[in-house]
Amino acid sequence: MAEWIKACEADDVDEEDVIRFDHVGRTFAIYRSPADEYFATDGLCTHEQVHLADGLVMDDIIECPKHNGRFNYKTGVAKGAPVCVNLKVYPVKVEAGSVMIQID
Amino acid sequence: MTAMEKKRDYSLVGESTRRAIEIGLASAEWYHTDVPRKTMKELMQRSDGPAIRDTIIWLGGLLLTGLGGIYFWGTWWCVAFFFVYGVLYGSACDSRWHECGHGTAFKTRWMNDVVYQLASFQVMRNPVTWRWSHARHHTDTIIVGRDAEIAVMRPPDLLRAALAFIGVLDAWHSLIAIGRNALGTLTPEEKSYIPEMEQEKAITAARWHMAIYIATLALALSMWSFLPLMLIGLPRLYGCWHMVMTGLLQHIGLADNVIDHRLNTRTVYMNPVSRFIYLNMNYHVEHHMFPMVPYHALPKLHEIIKHDLPAPNPSIWHAYKEVWPVVKRQLRYEDHFLKRGLPPTARPYRGEFHDYSVAAAAE
Repeated sequence: MAEWIKACEADDVDEEDVIRFDHVGRTFAIYRSPADEYFATDGLCTHEQVHLADGLVMDDIIECPKHNGRFNYKTGVAKGAPVCVNLKVYPVKVEAGSVMIQID
Repeated sequence: MTAMEKKRDYSLVGESTRRAIEIGLASAEWYHTDVPRKTMKELMQRSDGPAIRDTIIWLGGLLLTGLGGIYFWGTWWCVAFFFVYGVLYGSACDSRWHECGHGTAFKTRWMNDVVYQLASFQVMRNPVTWRWSHARHHTDTIIVGRDAEIAVMRPPDLLRAALAFIGVLDAWHSLIAIGRNALGTLTPEEKSYIPEMEQEKAITAARWHMAIYIATLALALSMWSFLPLMLIGLPRLYGCWHMVMTGLLQHIGLADNVIDHRLNTRTVYMNPVSRFIYLNMNYHVEHHMFPMVPYHALPKLHEIIKHDLPAPNPSIWHAYKEVWPVVKRQLRYEDHFLKRGLPPTARPYRGEFHDYSVAAAAE
């Protein structure tokens, strides 16, 4: 059953950046876009299981730190080699300064 | 029995592959020097400026020296023009292929893609196949049975390494591979690292490359002149020496089957001309540890993390002088390698996987 959990404080993520969030054996990436919106995806690249939180956020794109694979972190869509499999994305809301993500 | 008492099997689908996966060397977590996130973000920032400048110089140089070669064709003067043209074509292509393959040369994606396609053609590499093999090189750097880009295997084949400076074997094998791909065939090894959905693209790219080579050859035959081949194709042979001279130093003589780039990769200080041709890939430990950092930021990254890395070789000559005795000894004792010392400020090498290697190392 889907539940909302607190991932971090809104201020924990710099604008156009990403941080890692671990929760009961799972790892997620929490993004803050240049337009000050928040997004969440699975934390590991679908190519080689590398933490995306060490990567680079450029506009709507997160680039994996290992092989430069790119995803649209808003939709999870893989943007070409060497990533072929989309990222899973999660609903996000900000409540009272906290970033909440809905996971199943 | 230690891991490397058996002969190395460099096949990507053989016993070494199975063993690398079994003992956790494949897709392992590698050592990274700590760099604050804020600093790393600054270093990773993309910019079109440096790559546009360097591409204009590169393509402008190709155009001018190519025209000079054509104008002076039939005289000794053309040798000087083709000497420079050859290096810009047959050596500079490798670093452009590499940096644009990472997508870090330019900020603008299509610029990376255009230069990547051009450089792939010049260096005679299938742009799809090699994108995937290079991803594997970064995942499993110099892991025997996993890394498809180990330039000098053990025991070293010195004749093959020497011939690489004139590209004969490389170009021949590349042409064979492109021809095979153009006919619609991928080897089991290529299939091991190219996802199924990408394999058709590899075949299409190979057909384009072959079409250009056939057209160039047809033009040369119709003109009854080597000139078209001096401009397209042959520079991969007569101009590749700089690519090989710098590229061999990346990993030769260093440890294999380790998961710390400080042990298996080399940084060498080079002159500005070589760094332009090589796009700063002389900072190779830095590049492998942080492949997201664009070539133009590597000198800055080097300054930030050099306290944690082995001292760089001060010159290309010094690096070859240091590694030559090691390579010679590998002819008889293939487990031998050069273990480079760390400065007192560095964190120690990771112990796991490395014990058998350290025992065979030349300090």
